Amino acid sequence: MGESAPLIIKQKVRDFSAWGRYPRVDGKLVSPSHPKGLGYFLKSGDTFIPLGNRRSYGDSALAARMLDVRPCNCMLRFDTDKGLLHTQAGVLLSDILKTFVPRGWFLPVTPGTKYVTVGGAIASDVHGKNHHLDGCFSKWVREISIMLPGGQVVSCSRRKNHELFLATCGGQGLTGVILEARFYLKKIDSCLLDQVTVRTNNLQETFDAFEQYCNMPYSVAWIDGTAKGPKTGRGIFTAASFMNGGDYDYRPYGSMDIPVEFPPFFMNKALLTGFNFLYYHGARERVSYQQGIDIDTFFYPLDRIGKWNRLYGRRGFVQYHFILPKGQGFDGILEIMREIGKSGISPYLAVLKLYGMENENLLSFPMEGYGLALDFKIQKGLFHLLDRLDNIVVARGGRLYLTKDSRMNRKMVEKGYSGIWQFRRFRRSNDMDKMIQSLQSRRLGL
Amino acid sequence: MMESVLILGAKSDIGKALAREYARHGYDLILVARDAGIALKDFASDLRIRSHRSVILRDLDILSVEAHKDFYFSLGKRPAGVICVIGYMGDQTTASSDFREFKRITDTNYTAVACFLNVVANDFQRRSKGFIIGISSVAGDRGRKKNYIYGASKAALSAYLSGLRARLYPHGVHVMTVKPGFVKTRMTMAMQLPPLLTASPEDAARQIYEAQRKGKDIIYVKGRWRLVMGIIRLIPERIFKAYCNF
Ligand SMILES: Cc1cc2nc3c(=O)[nH]c(=O)nc-3n(C[C@H](O)[C@H](O)[C@H](O)COP(=O)(O)OP(=O)(O)OC[C@H]3O[C@@H](n4cnc5c(N)ncnc54)[C@H](O)[C@@H]3O)c2cc1C
Ligand SMILES: NC(=O)c1ccc[n+]([C@@H]2O[C@H](COP(=O)([O-])OP(=O)(O)OC[C@H]3O[C@@H](n4cnc5c(N)ncnc54)[C@H](OP(=O)(O)O)[C@@H]3O)[C@@H](O)[C@H]2O)c1
Repeated sequence: MGESAPLIIKQKVRDFSAWGRYPRVDGKLVSPSHPKGLGYFLKSGDTFIPLGNRRSYGDSALAARMLDVRPCNCMLRFDTDKGLLHTQAGVLLSDILKTFVPRGWFLPVTPGTKYVTVGGAIASDVHGKNHHLDGCFSKWVREISIMLPGGQVVSCSRRKNHELFLATCGGQGLTGVILEARFYLKKIDSCLLDQVTVRTNNLQETFDAFEQYCNMPYSVAWIDGTAKGPKTGRGIFTAASFMNGGDYDYRPYGSMDIPVEFPPFFMNKALLTGFNFLYYHGARERVSYQQGIDIDTFFYPLDRIGKWNRLYGRRGFVQYHFILPKGQGFDGILEIMREIGKSGISPYLAVLKLYGMENENLLSFPMEGYGLALDFKIQKGLFHLLDRLDNIVVARGGRLYLTKDSRMNRKMVEKGYSGIWQFRRFRRSNDMDKMIQSLQSRRLGL
Repeated sequence: MMESVLILGAKSDIGKALAREYARHGYDLILVARDAGIALKDFASDLRIRSHRSVILRDLDILSVEAHKDFYFSLGKRPAGVICVIGYMGDQTTASSDFREFKRITDTNYTAVACFLNVVANDFQRRSKGFIIGISSVAGDRGRKKNYIYGASKAALSAYLSGLRARLYPHGVHVMTVKPGFVKTRMTMAMQLPPLLTASPEDAARQIYEAQRKGKDIIYVKGRWRLVMGIIRLIPERIFKAYCNF
């Protein structure tokens, strides 16, 4: 009988979307049982986009044909001396945590959900609450092996095929299928954190908290999107660091799923205001300290409610995630919050973060400055509002995060990302543009 | 030394999920499949990293029945348990006219598997310990129009396991029959399956492990299939033959 041919399974999918549940596509999901199966598929010459665990918000992982990398989910090698982990791209960060936290290792950089693949983490060059000190995920990546549209597998790093590396980290899957990566984990002394919480009264105080605690490795602020006038920008700032000494008894939470799609009116203004009010006033003292916070509570609070995106109802939502250079941060964010206030549309969640230095990748999002992520339910007038916000962001030298985006236009991406011209040239000269396409890459001409 | 579990058909999604489940609970593994050495190399690395357990890969085509005995006794360490996940759905239309396909379905699901389990059973009986788990199917509970050739071979496997259970019971060897309904695997990925009756390979593995620990005899995956099949078996043949076209 011999070796059975590498299997590729094609499945029709309808109403298929990423985390924001907007937009939706009908298409084909192609899944290989083995990385080699991908080679066969690529030779067919059909256009495609790689797909991870669909935790991007918009359309960067969506297309008529999506190549599901999740079945390639093996960890291949771990070098305990160097902390260097070699995995296939479909491995979930949650699996890495389950395996390595009990041995005293943590992810060097992690997004706010642990349910993303290693491939997705690289393709969006994700950042975490420690960006101001530790940069993006790619900073910790030593080498990537990637399958180019022609089917050949090459490896790239800072020393080898450097341009491919720069285009792939943050490149939204548009340079090929990331198959494997070698990256460093970081040693921790405990699986618990010490946290400080500051309740702030306005944006200035929130910014001051970031500056005051800039030496803490992890920091983030939740902003009350419903506060107006002098209270604009008030929120809850938290900063944390791992405890020294302690145990590694990591117990991941199970999550509770939102079982059904909620009706569109569910997330309404009253609920929102109530939630924000409760959350804000939940912190009783202005500054408080908490000890022994566990990893899931601090890093992944939203993961405790699986499929919370269903709360936004059928029409879905967008996350407007922008960043402004440091000098523009304060005025820019105020201007944007005012513009939103005027529109009568409220964001449901608003998260502010101080970012560190920009890296050299062609399409990575972070730059030194302040970034704000705002969740909006899709509703009348929203896209006009976001267009107006775009103008403010561009005028102040900022940009939008591609992995969250489903609606910006070409001008916006060209003004925001100076690396885009080189990215486009690189794709064209390697015939990537003809083979690898997402809804986003078509819209933005990436 | 740690106890080990031997998994036949370890390349299947259910086999892999079982490997992860048993490794997680501290068992070493012997993974057996056609070209296991190549096809399961990465998966074995993954298991070793995740669980720190020893993982051995062995190639075997279950249809080479003559080789079973030598294969089993050359393993080095004898497993504490054997789980057979091997199965072959085949093509019913072809099998109804082509004897080779018919034989392949019957041999893969029943004859060859039973031959291998004979070897294991004799060894376990001598040692008065061990567990044997066979993955059969709800398809073996009643012959259905769409897949009765596959179903018949699974029915044979179920009957075999039931007799084997009675034979080994006095010797302290546990034999368990698993009857999955729908499991979302590569075999069924392209089908639309009813969510309430469909398990993921991980669910199936967890359920099988738990049941084995508890010494269960026959389990359905998911459990509600027991009721569904109970009802299907009660339908009088007169009605079944005329109306039950599934
Ligand atoms: C609750 C929540 C919180 C989040 N918090 C953060 C955060 O704090 N910081 C942050 O940076 N991001 C954050 N994100 C976004 C998320 O980390 C990124 O969108 C990430 O890329 C998702 O990975 P994924 O595996 O789900 O990939 P998908 O969403 O499936 O795909 C995302 C992109 O990666 C590409 N891709 C995926 N796998 C491969 C591969 N193997 N080879 C090539 N390209 C590939 C796709 O083509 C697509 O362009 C958050 C998302 C959610 C839902
Ligand atoms: N999925 C379901 O809904 C479902 C329902 C009821 C019962 N089952 C049973 O569950 C078991 C696993 O099924 P699955 O869904 O995971 O399907 P699968 O992937 O087709 O699994 C069958 C396994 O049997 C192996 N096999 C077939 N012929 C072989 C041979 N001659 N020698 C060695 N190995 C051989 C296959 O090996 P290769 O990988 O080398 O082909 C494969 O790993 C099967 O017994 C199946 O009948 C499944």
